[in-house]
Amino acid sequence: MDAELIKKMTISTIVLLSAVLTLSGAVNSALAKVDGDTIVLGSSISLTGKYATNGLHTKRGYDYAISTINKAGGVVIGAKRYQLAVTYYDDESTPARGAQLAERLILQDGIQYLLGPYSSGMTKAIAPISEKFDVPMVEAEGASRSLFTQGYRYLFAVLSTSDQYLTTAIDLAAQTTDDPSSLRVAMAFENDPFSLDVREGVIDAAAKYGMKIVIDDKFPADLSDMSATLIKVKALKPDVLIISGHSKGAATAARQLEEMRVEVPIIGMTHCESAKIHQKFPVSANGILCSAQWVETIRKSDPIFGSAADWNNGFIAEYPSYSSVPYQSAMASAAVLVWKEAFEAANSLDKDAVRDAIAALEIETFFGDIKFSEAGNNIAKPMFMRQIDSNGNYNLIVEADDMIFPRKAGFRKAGF
Amino acid sequence: MIDNLKLLFVFAPTINVQLILDGIFIGAVFALSAYGLALVWGVMNVKNLAQGDFVILGGYIAFAMFPPLHHSGLSTWVIIPIIIMVTMAVMFVLGAIAYRLIIKRVIHQDMFTSLLATFGLSLLMQQVMNLIFGPEVQVIDAELPVLTAFDGFVTIPVIKVVSLVMALVLAIGVVVLMKTSRTGQAIRATAQNARAARVLGIDTDRIYSFTFSLNAAICGAAGVLVAMIWVIQPFYGITYSVRSFAIVTAAGLGNFPAVIGSGFGLGLIEQYTGIILGAEYQGAAAVVMLLLVLIWRQFKLRRNRQVMR
Repeated sequence: MDAELIKKMTISTIVLLSAVLTLSGAVNSALAKVDGDTIVLGSSISLTGKYATNGLHTKRGYDYAISTINKAGGVVIGAKRYQLAVTYYDDESTPARGAQLAERLILQDGIQYLLGPYSSGMTKAIAPISEKFDVPMVEAEGASRSLFTQGYRYLFAVLSTSDQYLTTAIDLAAQTTDDPSSLRVAMAFENDPFSLDVREGVIDAAAKYGMKIVIDDKFPADLSDMSATLIKVKALKPDVLIISGHSKGAATAARQLEEMRVEVPIIGMTHCESAKIHQKFPVSANGILCSAQWVETIRKSDPIFGSAADWNNGFIAEYPSYSSVPYQSAMASAAVLVWKEAFEAANSLDKDAVRDAIAALEIETFFGDIKFSEAGNNIAKPMFMRQIDSNGNYNLIVEADDMIFPRKAGFRKAGF
Repeated sequence: MIDNLKLLFVFAPTINVQLILDGIFIGAVFALSAYGLALVWGVMNVKNLAQGDFVILGGYIAFAMFPPLHHSGLSTWVIIPIIIMVTMAVMFVLGAIAYRLIIKRVIHQDMFTSLLATFGLSLLMQQVMNLIFGPEVQVIDAELPVLTAFDGFVTIPVIKVVSLVMALVLAIGVVVLMKTSRTGQAIRATAQNARAARVLGIDTDRIYSFTFSLNAAICGAAGVLVAMIWVIQPFYGITYSVRSFAIVTAAGLGNFPAVIGSGFGLGLIEQYTGIILGAEYQGAAAVVMLLLVLIWRQFKLRRNRQVMR
């Protein structure tokens, strides 16, 4: 046999073998969504890169919910009991990778039920993929309002949208006076989709009460200094100061509020917990209002996890490294619970039947009430507001009487 | 905008005093991070895109060292010099390693190779810092007092004064080193003409290595201050890279006093832009400053240009 022939034969053998392997893979993956008595959910989640910490909080929330639901008997469809499992991929905190992995979950692994990634940006990248393949996704970490204006049919979010994050601070401020229209509001927001959503909500709320917005600064993501904005705050003495700019914004603001001795009666902020301002800057953090998607003291419960406090205790027992549990984990657990309830309500594994069941769902959970709008966001759960006290504790504030007002940080006196 | 301008006059002079002070303090840190870039760019013709990441790495080294020193009961005034010196030493060594492994191989290649190599170094450093220290925002609270004046309206954190003094000391140190020492002479000779320097017996490879390491050390010092004044996170280096490039380009290569000058200028422009136009234009201020300086320089050059007949 000549060398040319051998080469041709080798190539055709390789091609044939790989075709067989691919085919068998495709057959396997088509069955992988339900593997025996296990329903497999899929998620691309940030385990490395800049979202790694919050990605891990999310994954643990998913894992804790899966193990709790499985221990409680799993999911009952017809007369059969199914266990839940999740296939994870690390999206490296990059949207393009996330979209690739979502496609891989659906096409190669045959996943028909998706759990969301971490952050609005990642969810934005993955939502078109789930939409393209008509695969429902229940997400717990993408709050941007813009996710719910695209007309997505297969996207469902258990959390409140970002425009609601700080509106409660404005409501609370309005309760402190007989004439809310006399109040003046200063705003400093990072120039990114999440924070600008928060800003929209605050502007609407302020307009509702006729409050005047005296400062409206949008700082770029690479800005490390807010002193110019805070100088304006000191000069104009507003009644309310609202700041949102992820952990960096919260940490920079807390540091510079202290340095520049800025006293405003009400300060509302996002990301206080993740920036740990109560530990790093206890003096300026004193009295700051922080928004939260969920708090462990709410009086809501469900048969699987029990009350909010029960979920909290169970989660800490499973992951003892947490002293206080980030709400990201609670949201993640709630998303898994939505899948269980939807499977049982649909009484079917057909993804379209389950999608319709999710859309029609109306349940009370440890995380709060869940009911999805046409657009897919949860409209039954409010945002919560907590105030940091002088001991660094976060106290739930329902009405203005609950909060320390006006906020007094109690800066040390110094002078020339 | 008109309201904001009014502010400057209604509250003058207090608001202006605060703005100028803040501008100078911010400028000092920017100048410090740009200082080494002026060296590396001028001497080695390497445009180091990892400049900001060196700054952040310096911040993390300080962040790792601060808690044990703080708990040992030493005074902050002792801790800060220790941290700065150790960070500079560690960064000097890391700079030398980076030079041996990467920079040495691209120094004689074209500009794009060195840009790509330092961009790669930047990505690598970000990910390594992310793996070691995690993606959370970190700060060092040096617990130094804050001075206040004008009934509390003007505040001056002592740590910012420290950073200003340090930026000036390092600037003078580098100028003196370049002017008086044999190494400084050798660096200047290499910058002027590397080949001639080699002919005269200067080990240019060693000079390049020293220059790059010195840059890393100065960045490290800037990083310590950044962690004490603002916040650090593995991916925040870009802020300092962009500012450093703007400052060095505006100052002109090898013009060290001008680097300090443009640093302060940039700080002031950013502060005033922030208050007049709003924080969203603060970043643009750096680029506009650069543009104006380049136009002005072009204009000056044109006047001196002669046509040879």
